[in-house]
Parts: sequence; C-alpha cells; structure tokens
Amino acid sequence: MSTPADHSPPLNIAPADRPHRQDPGRFRALLAGLRQAPLSAWFGLVIVAVYVVVALFASVIAPYGEGQVVGSQFDPWTAQYLLGTDNLGRDTLSRLIYGARNTVGIAFLTTSLAFLIGGGAGLVAAVVGGWVDQALARLIDILMAVPQLIFALLLLTIFGASVTSLVSIIAVLDATRVFRLARAAGMNIAVMDYVEVARLRGEGLIWILSREVLPNILPPLVAEFGLRFCFVFLLISSLSFLGIGLQPPTADWGSMVRDNAILITYGDVTPLLPAAAIALLTVGVNFLVDWFLHETSGLDDET
Amino acid sequence: MTKLDSVRGTKGDVVLDVKGLRIRAKSKAGWAEIVKGIDLTLRRGEILGLIGESGAGKSTIGLAALGYVKPGCRITDGTILFAGEDLSELSEAELRRLRGVRIAYVAQSAAAAFNPAHRLIDQYTEVAVVHGIRDAASARAEAVELYRKLHLPNPEAFGERFPHQVSGGQLQRAMVAMALACKPDIIVFDEPTTALDVTTQIEVLAAIKDVVRDFHTAAIYITHDLAVVAQLADRIMVLRHGDLVEEGNTRQILEQPSADYTRQLLGRDPPKSDTTTASQKILTVSSVDAAYGSIKVLHHVSLSVGEGTTVAVVGESGSGKSTLARVVTGLLPCSKGALMFDGRSIDSSLRRRSLDLRRRIQLVHQMPDTSLNPRHRVREVLGRPLTFYHGLMGRLRTARIIELLEQIELDLTFLDRFPEELSGGQKQRLCIARALAAKPDLIICDEVTSALDQSVAQGVLRLLMDLQKNLRVSYLFITHDLQTVRAIADEVVVMNQGRIVEQGPKDEFFAPPHHPYTQLLLTSVPQMDPDWLDSIRETRAALARAMSLA
Repeated sequence: MSTPADHSPPLNIAPADRPHRQDPGRFRALLAGLRQAPLSAWFGLVIVAVYVVVALFASVIAPYGEGQVVGSQFDPWTAQYLLGTDNLGRDTLSRLIYGARNTVGIAFLTTSLAFLIGGGAGLVAAVVGGWVDQALARLIDILMAVPQLIFALLLLTIFGASVTSLVSIIAVLDATRVFRLARAAGMNIAVMDYVEVARLRGEGLIWILSREVLPNILPPLVAEFGLRFCFVFLLISSLSFLGIGLQPPTADWGSMVRDNAILITYGDVTPLLPAAAIALLTVGVNFLVDWFLHETSGLDDET
Repeated sequence: MTKLDSVRGTKGDVVLDVKGLRIRAKSKAGWAEIVKGIDLTLRRGEILGLIGESGAGKSTIGLAALGYVKPGCRITDGTILFAGEDLSELSEAELRRLRGVRIAYVAQSAAAAFNPAHRLIDQYTEVAVVHGIRDAASARAEAVELYRKLHLPNPEAFGERFPHQVSGGQLQRAMVAMALACKPDIIVFDEPTTALDVTTQIEVLAAIKDVVRDFHTAAIYITHDLAVVAQLADRIMVLRHGDLVEEGNTRQILEQPSADYTRQLLGRDPPKSDTTTASQKILTVSSVDAAYGSIKVLHHVSLSVGEGTTVAVVGESGSGKSTLARVVTGLLPCSKGALMFDGRSIDSSLRRRSLDLRRRIQLVHQMPDTSLNPRHRVREVLGRPLTFYHGLMGRLRTARIIELLEQIELDLTFLDRFPEELSGGQKQRLCIARALAAKPDLIICDEVTSALDQSVAQGVLRLLMDLQKNLRVSYLFITHDLQTVRAIADEVVVMNQGRIVEQGPKDEFFAPPHHPYTQLLLTSVPQMDPDWLDSIRETRAALARAMSLA
C-alpha cells in the first residue's frame, strides 16, 4: 500500500523564507526581537549601554582625575564642579564616573567568576550524580548556612581587603547560588534521552557537559547572571560602605555614600547620587533580564 | 434505581450545533488557521467519533465544544450553539457554570488530570458540590454507584484511594466517572485509551460504551485509531489539517469510504516482510536476571538475534521489555546471566565496554523529541558519531552525512535545521540515521513507532526494512503493537512480568495454538468491525463463566 502522507506530512514543508544559514539568520532574528521588545526592555538596554560606555571611557569622560583634589571640601554644585566636591575636595562627578568603572567592572568580574565556579560544579553534580553530587551539594549547603554578608565580612577581615580577595571571596560565596540553579536545571537535562545517547556513544564528561547539557540550560543561567550581578554589585557597595570593600582612593559608589553622608543633614542630595546610580542600574538590568527570560522561555501572553 | 438514571431531554434532540467553526493559532510566522470551517451536530444519546492524525485539529474542535481554546489560539469565526447559547461569546464565568456540569471532558492522560494529593472520591464530589448540584453525602453515594457501573474493583472502597494507588485503566475509568458526576449533556473524550495497553483498553472502551448508552449522554470521541472509534461511535467525522474529509455513519465509513484519505486510514495492513533465517547469531542473551535496586524486573531471560534478522520483543507496559534493551546496551548491568555478541562474551557494564563494541550496538529511543538535542543541528547530530567513531572530518564527513540523509529519504535542505523544525516522523528517521552513522551490527529499537501517526509509522517501518535488506543490520525490536510485529519481525519473543512466555518464528506466533497470554494479547487488538467489542466481551464472559464452573 502506498502512503504518500509519510513523505509529506504538513510539517515537512519548511517555509522557504526561513533562513537556515547560521549567523545572518540569528542576527536578523535578534533584531526582529529587539524591534518587538517592550519599552521596559529598551529602557533597561539603554541604561546598561550607558553604564558600559561610561565605565569603558571613564578617563575620557570624567572632567578630573579619580583621586585628584581639585577644590575645597564640600563645594556646592557649580559650573566648574557640576556636582560639587566631596569631603576631601575631589570632584564628585568624576568620582561617580570612575566609580562606574570600578564597581561595575569588579561586580562583572566577580559574577563571571561565580558562574564559572558555581555553574561548572553544578553541571558536574547534575551529570555525574552519585557521591560527587552529594559531596558538592553538602559542601554548598554548609557555605550557604552562614549569612552571606557576615561570612564575607569575616573572610575579608582574615584575608585583608584587597581587590583580589574581595573578588574571590564574593565569587565563591555567590557561586553557591549559581550551583543550585545549574544543578537543578542540569538535572532536568541529564535525564534526557539525548544525554543517554551521548553516554552510550562513549562521550567524555567534558563533551556531555559543554555540548549536550550546557546549551540547553543557558537561558535560565543568563537570566540568573543578570540578577546575580545586581546582588554582587549591591554586596560590594555594602562592603565599601562598611569600609572593607574597595579601599580609598579608589572611587566606589558604596564608599562615596558613606564619605559624604554628612551632607544629607544639610539638605544636600549629593550623597544620594551614587545610591541612585546603583538603584538605576539594578532596575535596568532587571528589566533586561525579564525580557530575555520571557523571550527564551517561549512563554507568550495569552491573547 | 436512583435518580442517576433519570434522563434530561429525549434521545435525538440536537444538543450541540457547531457552524462554520474557524480557529487560528499563533505561530512564529503569524496566525495560522488550524480549524477551517467545521460544521458539527451532536444529538442526545449519540457518540460522534472525530478521527484524524496529529495536526488534524480534532482535539481543538473537542475543546471548542466546551467553549475553550488553548492559550495562543482564538476562535475567529463560527458559532458553537449549546442550549440556545453561543459558547464562543459567553464570558469565562458563564462558561464555568457549564463546564463539568453540562459539558464534561475526559483527557488522554488520567494520571496527569487527577490531583495526586487528593482521594479519588473527593475529586469526584468536588465538581458537584462546588456547582451546588449535590451535597457531599449524596455525591459520594452516587460515586460508589458509578464506580460499580464502571466495573471498578471494590466500589465502596475504591474512591478512598489516591490516584497513584490504582492502575492506569482504573484511573481512566475513574475519570469517566468524574465526567459523569453532574450528568452532563455532552462528554468530550480526548483519546482516553491511547496511553493504555490493549488488554486494559478493552475494559475502558466497554465501560464508556455502557455508561454513555445508559445515561443517554451525547459524546464526542476523539482518537487517531479508526478501529477504536468503530466500536463506539454512531457517526464518524474524518478530519485532516483542520478540514473535514468525510462524514458518515460508522458502518458506512468503514465499509464504503468515499475519500482516499479515509481508505488510507482504513488500510491498516502494514508492509510485510519475508521471514529470513540467519546462520550466524549476532547477539545471544542467556538466562539474564536484572533488577532496579531491590526490585527484580527480569527473570531468566534468554534469547538470540540472528545476523540480518529482526527479533520483536512484545509485551505490555511493565513486562520488562525496555529493561531488556537497557541490559543489552549495558546501561543496566545484569545481575545474573551472560551476554554474547558476535561469538564473543561481552561485559554487561557499559563502562567496561570498548568503543568498538559501543559502536556496533546502537539504540533508537521511543520518543524522538527527547532523544535529539534541541540545540544541535542535523549536521551535528549525524556528524558527531562519524567523527567520534570513524574520525571523519571536513568534506568527507559532509559527504557521508548527505549519504545518510539520502538513506532516510531526506534531502540537503535539512542539513542546517534544528530538530524542532522537523516533523515527528522526520525526527525518528534522523535518530535512525544517527544510529546508522556508527555502522552498527545491531540496532535496538525501543518502541520507535509508537509515538508516531499510523501512516508515518509505516513509512519508518518500511525504511527500517529497506535498510536491513541493504546493510544486513540486525534489529532487536521492542514494541507493544502486534501490527508492527506482523510487519517487521522474523522472530517473536513475548514477555510478561519480566519473563519470556513464548518465543519462536513469526508464523508460529500468529498461528494457533497460542500461549494463553499471547492469545489474550492477540484478541485484544481492536478490529475494524463495529461488532468486535461486543463479541469479544461475550467470548470473554463465556470464558470466565466456564472457568468459574470448572
């Protein structure tokens, strides 16, 4: 008996206009996605872009140097010092701009490191399973049992408040959260038949982790990256505010709030500006992450 | 008896009148029409069968009868008249008054439709009590009575169980009972027996048939299996791609179908293979025991697969046939017994098997959706085993990929597609090609056709047979479908509860005398005959009587 339907079910016919070549197609899809993106996503994108530009070209944009004393203490807002000067007579605007570089840059570095450690360990735990999984998971539980800020304070007092120890300590502490997510998401993928096929074929662990599992849990990981970034950012600022984060004369938004806090009592809003910069970036990143998650999860609003 | 049996309205009244129904679904490319102007009339006491393959729009129409469309879909045109009201224009609140009370729905997977945290009877009474039709006590009494009517074991206590404590067939019947709780005017059955074993399917079909007849309910029965709907339906609508192909009385459709497509659906005789016998054995499994933890699932299983032949392993769910596949691949090392491959004893653990041995035994899974990595293009799916086993790179590799694509009857345009851009049948072909890429001697096919539409499945079977003829590859073919066995097997192994109950050449298997279990399996496959269900029930009842007398 002949069954023509076998060779021509409705889904067989791919739309001719759909691009199958890799990059132009993806790029175009991205552009199309951007065009349809809601206002909030655009808002987030613009904010993040502005911060990145400011951070990268801080030395070009800033009118004065990072630690340069240019005026007297607590000068008001003038044409020369747009946002006045701080407690040592440094230009607040310049320090705000350099602060973007330092705080954002270090937060980004820390988050990346956290994802490398936590994501890697989480994937290994999910795919290998057994005692490896148990050992890693219990270790992470222990790390998570101590409140993060207090743990960070403790370790920083032990190891000293250098940038290296700041980055590595926060990265390790934050990696615990990433580990949990990567492990949970990875476990869902690790039970898939295609992972079994790869195992049957005799593929090594690295291949299974990087080619079979990782690409499928990328969307939640990227979204988590945005959120983690905000938390790390806030944590660094908090630590700086407490005086054991980035050390002077490095400009940092957290310590800038602390140094100039006294101005608030005189009704001056200048010390709130670094805080506002932190808040704005957090909001922007969250908008962007929300949109990304929505796009990649395949959820569509009911019409 | 009780008021359960009282009838609302008289037989023959039109209860549902659908006119010019059009439904669109949102897709990447825009809005696509998935139901293209369907008219449908349903009368009291009548069962209407909606039949078609996947994508026919039959479930969408069934749900529309409840005034419901899936997220991302929209009714663009047409009316759905029920009791004088157009369901497509009612508000959610008004629809909620009707759903479950006057129009009920029985889903394909009862296991997914029941809340696992509540007892069956509480879920039964909930609908009636929430809608204020009955108080809890009388609803409970009715539930017990319905459970009895549906031949559920120990009806008084049955409802006190949780969903996981009863079998799949019983759960499906409990769901039918739930749908009947408020004596609805219409019940929509959406493939209620598709996930069940053939022997269980009979019980559910019989229960549905009795209940619908006794209650004078109108029913819409959605299925892809013409033989199933033939047992129940008074009228049949054949659908394809959202269009009506033909409509008529069950007997008329079965005996004198007017459309080619219907004839194609009717023509269930799949391709036939000539039985081949092999001199050499490629795989020998001798008295293997296997267990998951402390639960033993295989008892003393022995079989062998000849070179270039197909051995079908048949059994119902829980028979241990998939476990057997895992043992042969090495995923589950056996606790006792031995495996021989190509004349040599092989290790039962995958970890200790050589790369070459892994290459020679390939596995094709049941669900093509989960056995292809959604992030890998066709090129990578096929290319990896070529590089991994044979070290092929660059142009040689591409040439071989194209060759493989040709073997599975797909063309060059598929090279850079992702799995989600393929249909179910194409995905399964791709899985087969991936196995072939390794140049195996034995391919284990684990229910490879059961997730596919009938006609697509036949194409895949034919492909497998052609490949065997050309490449002399052997198959260990695991299936629950006896039609598939008839098509592809050289030898048949019947398994039940982890043991082999019968094995031998295909012709012997299909010819009497049968082992009692084989007999049960063979007679449980629905036939294209509207009287089949009644006759088989009579035979079985007679058999049961005879056995109780003896």
